[in-house]
Formats: sequence, structure tokens, C-alpha cells
Amino acid sequence: MQSLLPWLPDHPAFADAVKLAKEQPVGRDRLAAVIHLAGCRRDFVATEKLDRLAGSSIEPAAVSAANLSSASLAILSSHTVDHLGPAIRVAGLCRRLALATYFTPYGLYRQALLDADPKLAAFKPQFILLALDAYELNPNVPLDAGDAEAAAAIEASVTDLRRLWQVVRERFSAQPIQQTLVPTAVPLFGSFEGLVPGSPVALTDRLNSGIRAAAREDGVLLLDLAWHASRVEDRSAIGDPVRWHQAKQLISPGFAPLFGDWVARIVGAALGQSRKAVVVDLDNTLWGGVVGDDGLEGIQLGQGSAAGEAFAAFQRFLLSMSKRGIVLAVSSKNDSAIAESAFASHPEMVLRRSDIASFHANWDDKATNLRRIAEELNLGMEALVFVDDNPAERHMVRRELPAVAVPELPDDVAFYPARLADSGCFEATSYTAEDASRSRSYSENIQRKTILQQATDMKGYLKGLSMTLAASNIGPVDLPRATQLINKTNQFNLTTRRYTETEVKRLAESPEAVALSFRLRDRFGDNGLISVILARADKSLSEDALLIDTWLMSCRVLGRQVEAAAFEVLIGEVSRRGIRTLVGEYRPTARNGLVVDHYSKLGFVPLRGDGEPGEATFWRFDLEHGVPPAHFIKVERS
Amino acid sequence: MTTQEIYAALTEVFRDVFDNDSIAIGPETTASDIEGWDSQVHVTLVVATEVRFGIRFRTAEFETLRNVGDFVRLIETKCAGRA
Repeated sequence: MQSLLPWLPDHPAFADAVKLAKEQPVGRDRLAAVIHLAGCRRDFVATEKLDRLAGSSIEPAAVSAANLSSASLAILSSHTVDHLGPAIRVAGLCRRLALATYFTPYGLYRQALLDADPKLAAFKPQFILLALDAYELNPNVPLDAGDAEAAAAIEASVTDLRRLWQVVRERFSAQPIQQTLVPTAVPLFGSFEGLVPGSPVALTDRLNSGIRAAAREDGVLLLDLAWHASRVEDRSAIGDPVRWHQAKQLISPGFAPLFGDWVARIVGAALGQSRKAVVVDLDNTLWGGVVGDDGLEGIQLGQGSAAGEAFAAFQRFLLSMSKRGIVLAVSSKNDSAIAESAFASHPEMVLRRSDIASFHANWDDKATNLRRIAEELNLGMEALVFVDDNPAERHMVRRELPAVAVPELPDDVAFYPARLADSGCFEATSYTAEDASRSRSYSENIQRKTILQQATDMKGYLKGLSMTLAASNIGPVDLPRATQLINKTNQFNLTTRRYTETEVKRLAESPEAVALSFRLRDRFGDNGLISVILARADKSLSEDALLIDTWLMSCRVLGRQVEAAAFEVLIGEVSRRGIRTLVGEYRPTARNGLVVDHYSKLGFVPLRGDGEPGEATFWRFDLEHGVPPAHFIKVERS
Repeated sequence: MTTQEIYAALTEVFRDVFDNDSIAIGPETTASDIEGWDSQVHVTLVVATEVRFGIRFRTAEFETLRNVGDFVRLIETKCAGRA
């Protein structure tokens, strides 16, 4: 049987490994063993075993040792979903999430929301998935209904859903995730179905379009099950009538591992855990053959051969991914000049050398190159995806750098794009202008680095950049990107608090809070929205003091005094409101050692900080007497 | 597949699904003999059996699967019909 999770590697002795994991003491050792197995190919029975095995090992100390993010997800459904819980949780482990799940009995989704179910409220879901289906939602209009009647019925259904989304947000402070409707109705007219407004298949289709448009407007995330279902080969996986009649299951138990992954990757993406860069090999990955042996004329690429076209198609896919905001890098065992020459001189190359943000062609091992690439791009290993046709290289990287995602690849390069897409490594929950221009900004950054190397003094370099920092209160335009940054910034992040769009919006609208976003331009281009500061009143502080709840910045603009300029804006904003004291908080994590001295550099004095190492420290800045540091950045306030 | 082979393979399925390597099954084994055999797990058991033997039970047959003997008889018929 073909694997449901073909991008995951096969474990050579899965059953034995499960037995070994069982012998591990409950806690971090067992959890580590289960996480490893969750990242291997597994069927639904094995997945359920892993879920039982993880069970009580998912406790705070083990979760933090395994570097998992905790998240809570409630699933409110109009069909049976209890059998999907284990697969959702195990997929979470595979995607660095400790997912707590809560299910309401099937069919009671509306009651749970509208009656503000106390059990659901007590669970405090961050995410609520509305797992609905066409049996439940298809509007009840006569088959011979006209277009207007069908449209009105669809409109009413969408309006009803939007009310539920609003309840999810307002009563439960959760991010709604809406499942689209699998077309379970059987066509009555054949292909003509779509031309009959009142036909069940046409109604489902139209309702899905309505749901997508409304979700976009309302900032609701989609689990686009209708779209997924159309790509699934096994027709008994989703909407099998036998399972429906037997148990009101829309998703067959055997299909749970893939469904679980679809859900977990959305939650992961919303928490900023999607991968940010793809590192590709060259020979037999971007083109067929070995350029060092076969020469430029000898490699297969582009028109002239079917294989060459398939490699070119893979390059086109990567180029589109880079336009989507995924950074491209190369790690290849090759002579550097020969590898570069393929980019410079091969007429059929789709990717240009300027599309590659970090290029390492040499004879070092791949793990060494991946470390270099991560450092150059200022990214962690968990942001990288490694794509190499050679199974031995993949195996080596998995062993040396377990945080890097290394998808298994099919034998045929024609299926590489689909495999990378299916792997869910790059699941998105937003698409912003910053994403669209990310690759350009990476190459601009390389130019800046060159200037820095040429400049004789730091001051001269910074002045020469002619930087302008534009600050504004976080409004509807900046909300998606600000939320994205809050959830994915790890290094320059003082508190690493993650917030959903709903939470950020609420804070931004609160009169007692300050929510600022910052954009940086310089002579090389626009860096986009690169920093966020959230400050709010706190019970532990006096009325004329604000706590800096969140301060983070993209590492792309590190070392350019942006924090000093941002601080100037913050001081201006709070002094206008009569605030006299700012309190900064630093919560150390494994990743944010970079900012340990942030507040002392800005002129704050330590407030409480005599606790255990690893605990939060607090810092105080007195607006009347404090002296903020100077900088070379022009500030614009809107 | 002989009846004995079917029992052996089905025992593995049961042990896998209930995650209990000491489960022994016979024709008269029912849901009340095995801890955790509720209606939801029943569907899982049916699907795991289908996958293991490469067969599918019909909707109407689902309700006739009351004990292990029922499972084995249907598997025998379906495997024989396929051979």
C-alpha cells in the first residue's frame, strides 16, 4: 500500500522501536522517542499507538525539553471526529507541537458556541476548528430553484457561519479554522450538474466559494478539505458512504494520519513554525546528470528531453515558492566555479544565481554547509528544508541535524514539486507584501553586507545607509504581518509571547495599550515591517507605568540601531499619554540570548533580576531622567 | 489462507488495535471480553481488518460482525471469492 505520508522516512524497525519507547520512563525520554517515531511513515493503527504512548509524557518539563510549542485546539463538528484525535496530536508532535485537543459531541457545534459551553470555555482553546460537511450545510433549496434563489440561500448559509466565527472570536478568544465542504453529493445530471443552480453538487461548490471569500475578509483560516479531497487518490479516504452510514465518519479511520497532519500544519503555521527556506542540491536535483563530469552541454535541463523539461518544471516551482516568500539556498558537492557557470551560462536555467540567497558549492559535507547557510540567512535549523536526490545525503542530514526537515523524494523528478507541496513544510496562514519581496530583500542584504565590509567605520556605514524608520499603530493593514512576525521571531524577541490575530487586534484596540509596528527603508530598498512593540498596563505596576509585553525585530535588520530609533518612538508615544515609567521584561529561551542586554543597552536599570538563572528579568526606564541612546535613523510617525 | 492462518493474522490485528500483546481470540470472543472494544474502536477494528486482508465489508455486513467467529467466516468467504 502506498504511504499516506510519503515525505516521511521509513523506519527500518518501527514495531521494535515502539517497544523500546514503551520501556523508556514516562517523561522526556519517552516523549523524545515518540517524537522521533511520529516523524516516520506510520499507518493509523501505529499512529494511535504513538498517541497512547506519548500520553502522560506530555507534561511541561518534557515538552520544554523537546522544544515543542504548546497549543490548544477544539474541534466542533457535524460528523464523527473522535477517531481523528490521536492522528492530530501525533501529527502535532511531528511538527513540534504539543497539541491539547477537545471535542464536542458530533452535531452539537452550534449549541457549544451559542450557549457558550462552560466545558469548552474552561478548555481555553486557542484554535477552534469548525469541521462541518455538506450533509449539514448544503442549503435546502428545491432542485428547480433559480439562480437568485440559490444565491440567496448560499448567502444566508455564509452569514450564519460568519456569526459562528464571530462567537469563536468574541466569546472564546480563539482563532477560527473553517473546514470547507467535501462534495459528498452524487451528481444527478453528470457534467451538466454545474449548470443547474439548485443541484446539490453545484450548491456545495458555490458554498465553498462563499466560505473562502468570507474567510479571507474575516481573517479566518481554512482547512480546505474540499480542495484536499480533490487531490487524494484513494476515493474511500474522504466521504466514503460506507463509513458515513456506519459511524457518520467523513474521514475514514485509515486516512486519519494525513488528515491529522493537515490540521496540525495549520496550527503550526499559525504559531510561526512553518519552514522559511529550502536548501537544494544541484546535480540530479536541479538538473539531470553531473555538471562537473558531463559538462554544461551534457546536463539534462529544459526543452529537448522529457527529463530535462521535468527538471525545468521543478526549477519553476522553486522560483514560484521564492516569489511566495520562501528563501532559496544551494548546497552542492561541486566545484564552485563550475556550479556557478551553470547559473551564468546554461540557456535553459530557470533559476538565476540572484534567486539563490546563500550559495555553497564545495566539497564539505552537507551538514557543514547547512550550518553555514543557516548562519548567513540568520535562520535556525528548524526553518530549513533540505532537498537532495541522494538518499545517503538525506540520511546523513537527518542524523546530524534532526531539526532540518528532509522530505523523502520520489524516484521521478516530475513528482518533486507535488512532493514538496504535499509535505506541508511551507503551510501559510498569510501572504503579505513582505513575503512577496523577501528574496529581493535577502539579496539587498547581501549588498549591505558588502558595503559593511568596505566601510572603514561603523558610524560611516550606518549613516551611509540613509535609513528611515516609519512607525505606526498596528491597524488592519499591518495586522497580518505583525501577527506573523510575533509568531515566527525567535532570536530578537524579548518575551517570545505568541498571539493570534484576534489577540493582537484586541490589544491594539485597547486604550490602555500601545501596539506599534515599524517599517525600515534604506538606500537599497524597503525592508518592510520589521519590528513590533506591544506595551500595556499591568496590575503589578502603578497607573503611570506600562509593561513592555512584547518587543521583537526581524534579524534582517540587526545591528543597525533600529531598536534605539524604535525606543524613541515608544517614548514619544507613552509620554504623550502621561506615562512616567516603562518596565521591560526579558524571558530567556534557548534562542533569544542575543537580546539579554537589550534593556541595559537602552538605558534601563535592573528591577528584579536576582531570581534563578533562566527566569525572567525586569528592567525599568524612568522617562524623566533616563537617557535613550543616539542613532542615525530618521523617524517618521503616522 | 487457512482458517488457522486467518486467526493468526486476525490476532495480530487485535493486538495492534488494542495495543495489548496478550490478547487471545477465539470464535466466541465478543466486545464484552476485550477491554476498550466500544463502538468507535469497532470501526477501527473493521478498517484494520480490511487493510490487513485486502478486503472490504459491505455496509450490511458491518452489523453482522458480533463476535470473532463472524469476522473469520466473512474473511474466509471474501478471501476465497478473490482467489
